[in-house]
Amino acid sequence: MSGVAARAAERTYAAVMNVPERPMRWAQARMGTGRFAWLFVAPNLAIFGIFTFLPIAIDFIYAFTGGPELMPADRAFTGLANLRELLSCGNYLNPNTCTRDIFWDGVWNTLRFVVLQVGLMILFSLITALVLNRKVIGRGFFRAAFFYPVLLSPVVVALIWKWILQRYGVLNAVVTDVGLHPVDWLLNGTSAFSWTVFVSIWAHMGFYTLILLAGLQAIPADIYEAAAMDAAPPWRTFRRITLPLLMPSLLVVLVLGLIRAVQIFDEVYVLTGGGPGTATTYLVQFIYQTGFAAQVREYGLAAAASLLLATVLLVLTLVQLRATRGTR
Amino acid sequence: MTTAAQLLTARRGRFRADWTDWVSYAYLILGVIVMFGPVLWLFASSFKSEAGLNQFPPTLLPWQPAQVQIAGQPAPLPLFHVLTGPHAGEDLAEVRRIGLMAQLLDPKSPNQVIRLRTNTIKPAMQMRAAWDNYTGLFSKFNFLRYLFNSVFITVVATLITLLINSMAAFALSKYRFRGRDGVFLLMIATLMIPPTIILVPNFLIASALGLVNSLWGVILPGVATPTGVFLLRQYMLTLPDDLIEAARMDNASEWRIYWRIVLPLSAPALAVLAIFSVMWRWNEFLWPLIVLTRNEHFTLPLALYSFQGELTTSWNYILSMTIITLLPVTIIFILLQRRITQGIASAGVK
Repeated sequence: MSGVAARAAERTYAAVMNVPERPMRWAQARMGTGRFAWLFVAPNLAIFGIFTFLPIAIDFIYAFTGGPELMPADRAFTGLANLRELLSCGNYLNPNTCTRDIFWDGVWNTLRFVVLQVGLMILFSLITALVLNRKVIGRGFFRAAFFYPVLLSPVVVALIWKWILQRYGVLNAVVTDVGLHPVDWLLNGTSAFSWTVFVSIWAHMGFYTLILLAGLQAIPADIYEAAAMDAAPPWRTFRRITLPLLMPSLLVVLVLGLIRAVQIFDEVYVLTGGGPGTATTYLVQFIYQTGFAAQVREYGLAAAASLLLATVLLVLTLVQLRATRGTR
Repeated sequence: MTTAAQLLTARRGRFRADWTDWVSYAYLILGVIVMFGPVLWLFASSFKSEAGLNQFPPTLLPWQPAQVQIAGQPAPLPLFHVLTGPHAGEDLAEVRRIGLMAQLLDPKSPNQVIRLRTNTIKPAMQMRAAWDNYTGLFSKFNFLRYLFNSVFITVVATLITLLINSMAAFALSKYRFRGRDGVFLLMIATLMIPPTIILVPNFLIASALGLVNSLWGVILPGVATPTGVFLLRQYMLTLPDDLIEAARMDNASEWRIYWRIVLPLSAPALAVLAIFSVMWRWNEFLWPLIVLTRNEHFTLPLALYSFQGELTTSWNYILSMTIITLLPVTIIFILLQRRITQGIASAGVK
């Protein structure tokens, strides 16, 4: 009985899998084999066209028009007004003098965040990769442990740390145990900022460690053997062999890290909501808030900020392309 | 003992651990605690009742104030452990407190009221896993709906991603046609356009197509991925063209060649892309946050986000929901760890 059912299921499966066969054969006969290739790329190109290339064009329309209307046709052309509003500042170092102070808060916060987060993350990824590249017992386990947080949803990451950092959380229990006063970690600007840096390093460093580890393992062992023959001290081996040969991987990690860090949003938004005040409000959150979360949705301003962000990312990506071309 | 230590610290060529080994292991163990500890802490906390969660300092295991039901009393009474006096060592139930005096009952002979100073008693604790944190998700929240939405988006999006990206990769690796290199460059160029910078126009397009507040609005924009095309194309380039020529000789249609020959042979690369796609979709946050505004469409991350913002929702359900959200990813990782790390190291993407 089950044999019959299994055979029937198999036959149905085969029949279903064969469904596209007939129309496809017909299309091939009509189009000819050469042009048929376009049919294979068509779905992909359509999605890219509708959800990536068309939006870029619309981004420009939004950036140069004003008003709360969503449909581009209803929007009034305002020229550079959006960009001017974003960029007009009494003193660029002091966001309070800017027309859009939150935008400049976001710019400076993002800059500080990127420098700290990427710098520290590469440092720790490098150390971890170097340690994992030694002959350690249980390397697979340690590598997995460092990599695990990379797979977690940013919301999960944020909640894990929110639970630890809350007023009556485990970190404050440790702090009181040592005899200090408990701290509201996320209610103080400097401390909240530092924690967003830490949490995003925690969540992402496994990925960069993996790339650096692959780079380390690609360095031929005989070079090290030659260095050992010459009795080169470890520090010199590291500076003269490991570091130069790892440079391409480090460059990739640096640029990828920068591209990601500039776009930081998810985990920080759930962890701190951008606060306290605007201490952890970063650029993408500004775009999200002006475009979607505000009472009056200012699509034009959000799009103009997106274009500014896109310019930064474009430069970074071009640097990355140059860097990877060197390695491949 | 010494041999075990030697074995543990053995390195190629010599049998002595130098200080760098100890530093390495210390670093790694500290690293495991920092990277893995927070997740374990959350897991342990997710079995605590609300009362247990409000305790400070917190305990690792789900200890919570014990209660006892006594005949003649309307509600369960909290149990207290007596520290000093004639009743020292006994566990008594507290009926009420007046000033510094507590009125207690012995659960074994509940007729006699015992009066003790409150500083001579302390709450009796008992260890009990609060399974209600998990079962309550189903009865008190729309949890099955969120779970279904997340699973639906993940599965459907991954299937479409595999299909259309492998089709494109097939054409780009096995055909010569005018504009092929242009198409490939165009697709790779989309790597330079991260979703964060086209949020506003994509919202317009989604609403024009009627995709706002629809799961398809989350699925469709991301199904074509440059990473996927690149990964699959590189793999398909290694498949011998003779296979395809032989199939053409047998009068197989081009679709059949793709569907029956190239696709099965590309299984390893498809598996890597499938894993990536599942991770992306299961964890996605910003775009669903914009497209899905109604509670009934929420995915697990969205539900988690919206609950943690409400003051009325208690942490115990947030914790258990967080655990359920990270569980599938964790299981996939445990099963496919090697493949995931290799895929990431070779493709350089996440």
